[in-house]
Amino acid sequence: MSLHELSLRALAEGLRAKKFSSVELTRHYLDRIAAHDKALNSYVTVTAERALAQAAAADAALARGQGGPLTGIPLAQKDIFCTKGVRTACGSKMLDKFIAPYDATIVEKLHDPAGGAGMVMLGKVNMDEFAMGSSNETSWYGPVKNPWDLSRVPGGSSGGSVASVAAGLAPVATATDTGGSIRQPASLTNLTGIKPTYGRVSRYGMIAFASSLDQAGVVARSAEDAAAVLQAMSGYDPRDSTSVERPIDDYLGGLAAPLQGLRIGLPKEYFAEGLDPGARTCIEAAVKVYQSLGATVREVSLPNAPLSVPTYYVVAPAEASSNLARFDGVRYGHRAEGATSLNDLYERSRGEGFGAEVQRRIMIGTYVLSHGYYDAYYLKAQKVRRLIYEDFRRAFAEVDLVLGPTAQSVAFKLGDKTDDPVAMYLNDIYTIAANLAGIPAMSLPCGFVGGLPVGMQLMGNFFEEGRMLNAAHQFQLATDFHRQWPKGFAS
Amino acid sequence: MSLSPEQVKQVARLARLSLPADKVEPYARQLSNILDMVGQLSNARTDEVQPMAHPLDMVQRLRPDAVTEDNRREDFQAIAPAVENGLYLVPKVIE
Repeated sequence: MSLHELSLRALAEGLRAKKFSSVELTRHYLDRIAAHDKALNSYVTVTAERALAQAAAADAALARGQGGPLTGIPLAQKDIFCTKGVRTACGSKMLDKFIAPYDATIVEKLHDPAGGAGMVMLGKVNMDEFAMGSSNETSWYGPVKNPWDLSRVPGGSSGGSVASVAAGLAPVATATDTGGSIRQPASLTNLTGIKPTYGRVSRYGMIAFASSLDQAGVVARSAEDAAAVLQAMSGYDPRDSTSVERPIDDYLGGLAAPLQGLRIGLPKEYFAEGLDPGARTCIEAAVKVYQSLGATVREVSLPNAPLSVPTYYVVAPAEASSNLARFDGVRYGHRAEGATSLNDLYERSRGEGFGAEVQRRIMIGTYVLSHGYYDAYYLKAQKVRRLIYEDFRRAFAEVDLVLGPTAQSVAFKLGDKTDDPVAMYLNDIYTIAANLAGIPAMSLPCGFVGGLPVGMQLMGNFFEEGRMLNAAHQFQLATDFHRQWPKGFAS
Repeated sequence: MSLSPEQVKQVARLARLSLPADKVEPYARQLSNILDMVGQLSNARTDEVQPMAHPLDMVQRLRPDAVTEDNRREDFQAIAPAVENGLYLVPKVIE
C-alpha cells in the first residue's frame, strides 16, 4: 500500500517502527499536491517549508521516544482558521493579503509540538467565501473540483478540505460547519465528516460567519481517523466564551463497543419527496446493515425540520451581517484606493472585497434586522428555531441516534446552481437542523449512484459524539464503501 | 415579499456596501426570491414559543478584571492597509 492509503493509526505505527519518517511522509504528500492539485484546486496555500520543519521536529521527538498518536502526521487546514505568519484568506478577496497575527486554538492544539498533537500542516485549503456556499464555487480562488468527477462540485463550504483528503493530498483535514459545510461535502466525496456539538471545539481564531451556529470539525477517510483528530481538537478554551467546560469522552476507546440494543430513529420528514431514489436505496440498505449489527430501528418525526432552511436563512445572514461589519478597510483586509470620505472608504472596500454571495447574505441580514422587519423575520425565526430544537429533544427521548440522508442526491455539475441562490440553499435541507439545535452530526459513506458517492447522516444528542463515532466505525467494519478511491487519484 | 431596487439600495447603504448600478436589479430579484422562501416561516404557529438565540443554555462567563493580553500594537498595525506613527489612517473626517 502507498503511504497515502494508510489510516492514521497505520501511519503512527509506521513512524514508530521507522518504516518511514515524518519528513518522508510529508514529502510524499507535497509531491502528490504538486502532481494532482492543478486538476482540483484544493489548496490555496501550500506551506512546504514549514511542513518539512514541523516534520523534522516530529521525527526528532519520536526518536527521543516522545510524541503522541498524531505526532508527525500531516493535515490540511481549512483556510478559515488563523495561522500565525501564514496567509488566512477565508476564500475572500477581502483577506487575500491577510497574514494572521495569531494561531487559532485548534491550530495550536493540532500542531504545537509540546502542548499539542505535533501534526504537520501541509497548507491551507480552499473554501466558499467566508464559508458561505454549498459547492465551493463562491471562493475568490476559484472552484474546487470533485475528485470523483472533475466536472462536478465537491460540495461546500469545506470543498478544499474534502477534495484534498478524498484525492489523497492530505490524510485528514479540518473543516467547519454552519449549516452542513462539513457533512454535505463529505457526502459528495465519500468521506467521513463530523460536526461536533456546538461548544465542543473552540471557535477562537476561526473566522466568524454565524456565531451561534459555527462549529469546527474534521473530514477523514474513516470514523477512526476522525475520532483521533476530533479528540485532539476538542476541549474547553477560556478564549471562546461559548466553549463548554466539560471533559472530552474517549472517542477512540469507545469505537469497539457493540451496537446491540442501539436505538436508531428514521425521521419520516427526511425520507419524503426530494430525496433521490438512488440515494434512498443506499440509505435503506445501510439501515439493514445496522439492524444486522443489533440496532433496533423505528420511525421518528421532526415535524418542524422542513422549516430549517427558511429559519437558517434569517438567523445565519443576521449573524453574518453583524460579524462581517468588522471589515472596514481600516484595520486589516482589502482597502479601496482613493476614497474621498470615511463612508466612501467603507462602502467601496466592502463592495470590492466581498463577492456576490457574501453581499447577498449581508443584505438579507441587514434587512431582517432592520426596524419594522425584526419581529416578522428575526424573532419569528428564533421561535421556529426553538420548535426545531424541541423536535430533537422529543426524538432523543425515544432513540439514541437519528439516521437519514446527508444530501438529496450525489454531487451536481459545476455551474448548475450558481444562478439560483435558493436552489443552492436547498442543498443543506437535511443538515441545517443540527446546527440550529446545536447537536452533533456526521456523514459517512453508504453507497454509490452512477459511480458517485452517497453519504448518510447520523445525528446524536448533545455531546454524544462518541456514540455516533462508535456507530459509524462499526458500520465501516461491516462495509467497504469508505475504502473506495476515486479513479486517477489512487496511486 | 419582494424588494424593490430602491429598497436594495437602502439596505446596501445601511450595510455600507457600494453596489454597481447594473447589480441592483439582479440583487433585487435574488433577494426577493430568498425572502419568498423565508416567508414559509409565517405559517408556523409560534404563539407561546420562547425565541431561541443560542443552542446552549448558558450565561456569559465572568473572569477576574485583570490584564491578560500583551500589547501587540505593532503586530496588529503591521497588517493594516495604512498606518503612520502608530495611528490608523482614514480619509479626512473633520473639515
